[in-house]
Amino acid sequence: MAASEDFRAMSRRDLRLELEELYADYVACLDQERFEDWPEFFTDDAVYRIIPRENFERGLPIATLHAESKGYLKDRVVAIRQTAVYAPRYIRRLVSNIRILGWQKEWLEVQANYAAFETLRDELTRVFSVGRCHDKLVVVDGRLKFKEKLVIFDSELIPNSLVYPL
Amino acid sequence: MGVRHQWPKEGISRIPYWVYTDPEIYAREQERIFCGRSWAYVALEAEIPTPGDFKRSFIGDKPVIVVRDEAGTINVVENRCAHRGAQFCQQPLGHVTEFMCPYHQWTYTLQGDLIGVPFRRGVKKQGGMPADFDLQGHGLRKLRVATRHGVVFASFAADVEPLEEYLGLDMLKLFDRVFDGRELEVLGYSRQLIPANWKLMFENIKDPYHASLLHVFLVTFGLFRADNPSKVQTDKTGRHGALISWRGVQRKTEDTAEMKSLLDHLTLHDPSLLQPVREFPEYTVVMTTLWPNLIIQQQSNTLAMRQLITKGPESFELAWTFFGYKDEPADLRQRRIRQANLMGPAGLVSVDDSEVIKFIQGSVRPSPQEKGVMEMGGRDWQQSESHMVTEGAIRSFYDYYRQVMEL
Repeated sequence: MAASEDFRAMSRRDLRLELEELYADYVACLDQERFEDWPEFFTDDAVYRIIPRENFERGLPIATLHAESKGYLKDRVVAIRQTAVYAPRYIRRLVSNIRILGWQKEWLEVQANYAAFETLRDELTRVFSVGRCHDKLVVVDGRLKFKEKLVIFDSELIPNSLVYPL
Repeated sequence: MGVRHQWPKEGISRIPYWVYTDPEIYAREQERIFCGRSWAYVALEAEIPTPGDFKRSFIGDKPVIVVRDEAGTINVVENRCAHRGAQFCQQPLGHVTEFMCPYHQWTYTLQGDLIGVPFRRGVKKQGGMPADFDLQGHGLRKLRVATRHGVVFASFAADVEPLEEYLGLDMLKLFDRVFDGRELEVLGYSRQLIPANWKLMFENIKDPYHASLLHVFLVTFGLFRADNPSKVQTDKTGRHGALISWRGVQRKTEDTAEMKSLLDHLTLHDPSLLQPVREFPEYTVVMTTLWPNLIIQQQSNTLAMRQLITKGPESFELAWTFFGYKDEPADLRQRRIRQANLMGPAGLVSVDDSEVIKFIQGSVRPSPQEKGVMEMGGRDWQQSESHMVTEGAIRSFYDYYRQVMEL
């Protein structure tokens, strides 16, 4: 099991490989709708926000989805599975252009672009959301976890509704 | 209107499906409702605090600009150059000293008056505008403006009654409950494109019957239930409405046995989402629908304007402006941000609504001559009802709608 120092000591190439795997696993978890596993990519006190680019750039605090804990992410999963009413859909996500901004005091800062495609039963697949992620990662029990994940979307006019996470 | 626009003989207890799909009906709505004798919501004053500030907005499908001029007065003008019709203002918010159309640089004051036409006198005595071309006759279309406690409304009609009269005493009281004169602060925007007719959104917010059945999340966590004390209020014309309720206790009772979706074993992993504090007198939820384009949301501590921007008979944008009060306690601000999770395009509650009204649009499209049944709570409407099992506020809306539309 790798400790925090091991990650810090990693070459840029090794760290990039670690991150490529992490982001691929994260996306696979959501694309495959294993939503119950999704909160485990985050620390207990994680901040996760899906925020319109307009609000982000103007410094406005309201997000489209705003979480301040892993517990809240679990509540979202309960809503997706048990309480929300919505048409069946597939969402497929691509994360690319991963940039390692470097280690801050306790966390690793990473940015990436993403695109998410939505397929509804009776409609052609469309681009659902495009934007970028601003992430802070820390090492917990030998694994990199998101301490903060900001999903800042350019596609401000959301096609109907955002049900599954990004 | 032809035979295919015959309203069902049962009257307002039926809604013919062609009102949601017909392009002729849509065109008439634009003319009579959005450009007719109504006050449409366009902005909050907090979005344009200083002279020169503007906001790009819409009434129905018409683009307008809301601008504060040098004297501090708020003007609303159509965002359409008087020359060739270009929508010259493209920024959502900004600051200017004058408006200039980029196409031929026609220039307007912040009141909408035309002050500059390049090459008006021609070049080297050739061309130019006719000598009798009058700048005064070619300004931007100016709308009437009314503001109340930080909220800006505009009207295309010269003969619409004053805003306060238009809202009526009961609606005005509910309006002033949230807009009590305190300075507002915008907390964020959210926008969604809903593939359905705009009236379905209004109907949804005028319908307390669905709230306790569709919204399992709300029901489960006690934010809105059929057994909560509640009332439905309209103005005297029936065009405006409000759903009002008080928060109840989370438990199963005889009345909730009919709500099959009630999941009483659920508890939140992060209860901070639903820890509202009492902020306004009497009621915990007041959802107000103001003819023709505004929903005012006060659900516990989340406050938002939801503006309906029509985009053809089968599509509209729902533009959310979340707000709070300037200099409010940080703790209250935090609650607003957390509770905003209930609302918007990813709202734990409002996702259900945008999805369901799309379900409606998809099936009324091929059956324009069929009709919806609106008999819950009777076949007529009254201004005030003290329970949730009624569709009275939808009937009252269509009562007024039919008069305006002559249908």
